[in-house]
Amino acid sequence: MTTAGNTAATEPTVTLRHNRVELALHRIREATGDAHPLLLLHGLGERTPDHTPDVVASWDGEIWGLDFTGHGASTLPVGGGYTAEILMGDADLAVDHLGTCTVVGRGLGGYVALLIAGARPDVVHGAVIADGPGLTGGAVSPTSQAVVRLADVGRTPDPYALLELGRDLRPPDYALDFVQMATSTSHLDEPLCVAAAFRPTWLEAVAGAPGVAQMGLPDALDLYR
Amino acid sequence: MHDATPGATPADAMAADDTHREFPGARTPDRSWRLDANGVGIAINEWGDADAPVLMCVHGGADFSRTFDVFAPLLAAGGWRVVAWDHRGHGDSDHTHLYSFDADLRDAVCVFDAVAPNRPVAVLGHSKGGAMMTTLADAQPYRFQRFVNIDGVPYRRPGPDLAEHQRATTLRADLDGWLAHRRRTAGNTRKPGTIAELARRRGAMNPRLSTEWLEYLVTVGARHDDDGWRWKLDPSMRMGGFGPWRPEWALYRLAGVDFPFLGVLVGADEPMGWGTRPRHVEPYVPATGRLEYFEDLGHFIHIEAPEMTADLVLDFLGDPR
Repeated sequence: MTTAGNTAATEPTVTLRHNRVELALHRIREATGDAHPLLLLHGLGERTPDHTPDVVASWDGEIWGLDFTGHGASTLPVGGGYTAEILMGDADLAVDHLGTCTVVGRGLGGYVALLIAGARPDVVHGAVIADGPGLTGGAVSPTSQAVVRLADVGRTPDPYALLELGRDLRPPDYALDFVQMATSTSHLDEPLCVAAAFRPTWLEAVAGAPGVAQMGLPDALDLYR
Repeated sequence: MHDATPGATPADAMAADDTHREFPGARTPDRSWRLDANGVGIAINEWGDADAPVLMCVHGGADFSRTFDVFAPLLAAGGWRVVAWDHRGHGDSDHTHLYSFDADLRDAVCVFDAVAPNRPVAVLGHSKGGAMMTTLADAQPYRFQRFVNIDGVPYRRPGPDLAEHQRATTLRADLDGWLAHRRRTAGNTRKPGTIAELARRRGAMNPRLSTEWLEYLVTVGARHDDDGWRWKLDPSMRMGGFGPWRPEWALYRLAGVDFPFLGVLVGADEPMGWGTRPRHVEPYVPATGRLEYFEDLGHFIHIEAPEMTADLVLDFLGDPR
């Protein structure tokens, strides 16, 4: 993400506890208007940006970013074991802290945005799935996945996160379960929005489902403001 | 069983709840050691001659390697070095940050590499351990010489077949329950109790196993704290995880196995089993394999009928030398 010039990050960074992992939830920018908070979920191997990304600079509520487990300033776990569902648990703690919020996810964060929109349709006021690292995921059917041991690098992003979350299973029908949970409970007509240009199999299915908007990120932010 | 005595203090109850149980045929491992599996400490137990051919034994979910305390010595008596380890978060292995099927497989590979690097060995897996080893057999077949899978071939998710709208409701409930667990798990500890109380709790998952056996398991699989016994299983783990993985995917992998395979299925349904019947598995049994079905035995057949099961396995494995 390119960032909006001199809009410096402000404190505080909130620490959330997810089992034995401490998650860093950063307030990137204070509110400039009345909108509810915007939560940014980064892509695979990324971290919360220090400054407000240009593409969301128009949002006038607080802008927050969550460092997923094994990323950024969050805990580096021992021995891997990542799943997208664990990151959904990360996001659940963040939306629980923020209350009603709109979620924008890049790549892997976009997939997690879908999951948390399905899991918490009463709190997530729209989720936007944008291009970014880790958007594709792995297989949609049984495969012979390599069982790999990696060298410990001792810092984030965790190489096990890159390995395991870069190939986690994303069957389209599983993704559609979360679409159904989001659309059947949310008070929004279109609680999900696909802003990504690239559409892997799971996302193609999501984009074609009832209750899912397709538009660029700026328009999506207008939709959910 | 130790019943409460009127007027007795907790200290009295603790004193009465001694720390040792015997079980016929149960034998403490001949060797116990630990392995650093990419930062996660894995506890390994062995029975039999250290120089004998290796037979890896892989326990199921919520179990631990000492659940082989009767079965493993019988296999060891057949000439095998039986090697079993506690999965991360189970038994005496480390509690860690994250748990997943992939992580369990990676830990398993660490054990294989330490015990039998670059050579195939005999492998036996029970329940989740059977599903794990079926997956590993597909991913790394060069590690396998012969493979026994004891009621570890899932063919569908547990639970009843549901209409679509009911399935959505169930999914929502599962998801809510899972996230609620994740929110509160940071401070979770296991509930303490007496040996009898822990055995009774486990009995809900193991209804066909005797109280005598379950109480024995407490003494080898639970921790004795000042306020009572606690199962060592990491309280952050939860049965019935949530995710896209389909249990039947392990079944599909079975079809590709190209070394001798023995599948053991049972007819007595119980909470920890998948209810898999021969008709579910037969289409996927490889040409190198066969199924054995025991209508009147349950998911823990190797504990219910250890001698018979060990004889079956030893006959299949053949002369270890």
